[in-house]
Amino acid sequence: MSNPTRTLNESDLQAYTDGQLDARRLAEVEAWLADHQDDAERVASYRQQSAALHALFDPVLNEPIPQRLARPERRQWRMAPQLRYAAVAAWLVIGSTLGWFLRGAQESRPPITLAQQAIIAHAVYTPEVRHPVEVGADQEAHLTAWLSKRLGAPLKVPHLGATGFELVGGRLLPGTSGPAAQFMYQDARGQRLTLYVRNDSGGGHETAFRYARENNISVFYWIDGPFGYALSGDLEKSALLRVAQLVYQQLNP
Amino acid sequence: MTETDRLIEENIPRLRRYARTLVWERGRADDLVQDTLERAWGRFHLWRRGSDLRVWLFAIMHNIHANNVRTNCETPALQSLDEDELDIPMRATQEDGLLVRDIQAALDCLPSAQREVLLLVGLEEMRYEEVAKVLNVPVGTVMSRLSRGREHLRQIMAGKSIPELRVVK
Repeated sequence: MSNPTRTLNESDLQAYTDGQLDARRLAEVEAWLADHQDDAERVASYRQQSAALHALFDPVLNEPIPQRLARPERRQWRMAPQLRYAAVAAWLVIGSTLGWFLRGAQESRPPITLAQQAIIAHAVYTPEVRHPVEVGADQEAHLTAWLSKRLGAPLKVPHLGATGFELVGGRLLPGTSGPAAQFMYQDARGQRLTLYVRNDSGGGHETAFRYARENNISVFYWIDGPFGYALSGDLEKSALLRVAQLVYQQLNP
Repeated sequence: MTETDRLIEENIPRLRRYARTLVWERGRADDLVQDTLERAWGRFHLWRRGSDLRVWLFAIMHNIHANNVRTNCETPALQSLDEDELDIPMRATQEDGLLVRDIQAALDCLPSAQREVLLLVGLEEMRYEEVAKVLNVPVGTVMSRLSRGREHLRQIMAGKSIPELRVVK
């Protein structure tokens, strides 16, 4: 069996070429090739083929990846069912500790329900391909007037073009204590952010930005004037903060 | 970026490289990568964590490509002339060596079943068992295709079987 003068197994010759031969057979194949010039030439030729393939195709590895391939799920929203399920699960888990959490947190923090509702609304509507919004950005004046009327105070729609996100439109949502609004933004890659707005005039004072993250959705939320705002997206915290700051500046020129 | 994003994105350059070997033209090769990624996202819950993600992704790409061109892998003796291979490719080759240009032309003359194995082994440097999983064939089939493909390529490049599609040098 291990006699190197027997005929060479073709698979062993291939495995030798590719460095996939186990150690026991390696010495046998080497001994064979030392005595069989034609097979040694085949190995050399096959290795040249592999080297040529690398020379031909390896440059592709260094090409910049086209935008359309960068994060395809942002474009097609194939994660939608999982996100929705995760958002509901998050709601149940966080909700169970909510009462405790809110006990000492009233004074200068925006309520976490704001973040939770925003996350759920984000998870539900951003995957929508055909109906992401009720009223599109082409009817922005109507959108603003309509949602201002329903939320009971004049709303402003921030423009986030400086961060690459353009307004898609908005929709009316049911909140825990009345109507809420969601504005959706999208960048050139199809990545979406949502700004959730609800009337928080009961609390009635300004708060700092708070950050939360659940199921890959990051949220910055705060209260400013009559409204509670929550900006949600699947972005890194620092990137989302930049957008949140722009939103704040636009609302407080 | 999530862990899932990162895992899949790590594989995009290799997927693009392999796609380019299957479909020469860059835009269409990236179409193939895009289809692969979209299917992978849609079925990511089917990926068994801990198994080789690259093998899983390449298998998806192989299946999509096979469906696209309806390649008959059971008749490797016939030279495949599906539309992809007629869409000949000539990318900038001025810096390519003679051997590289030869192999580019010679690859076109290989039956696709042999070519795929040769590329997965020689270029992707996959283990034979991994190639078998990607192509969903027994390891023995991988070995025989590899052996025949390499020898076929060697013969072509040695000028013993001048391919009709040979590139003008």
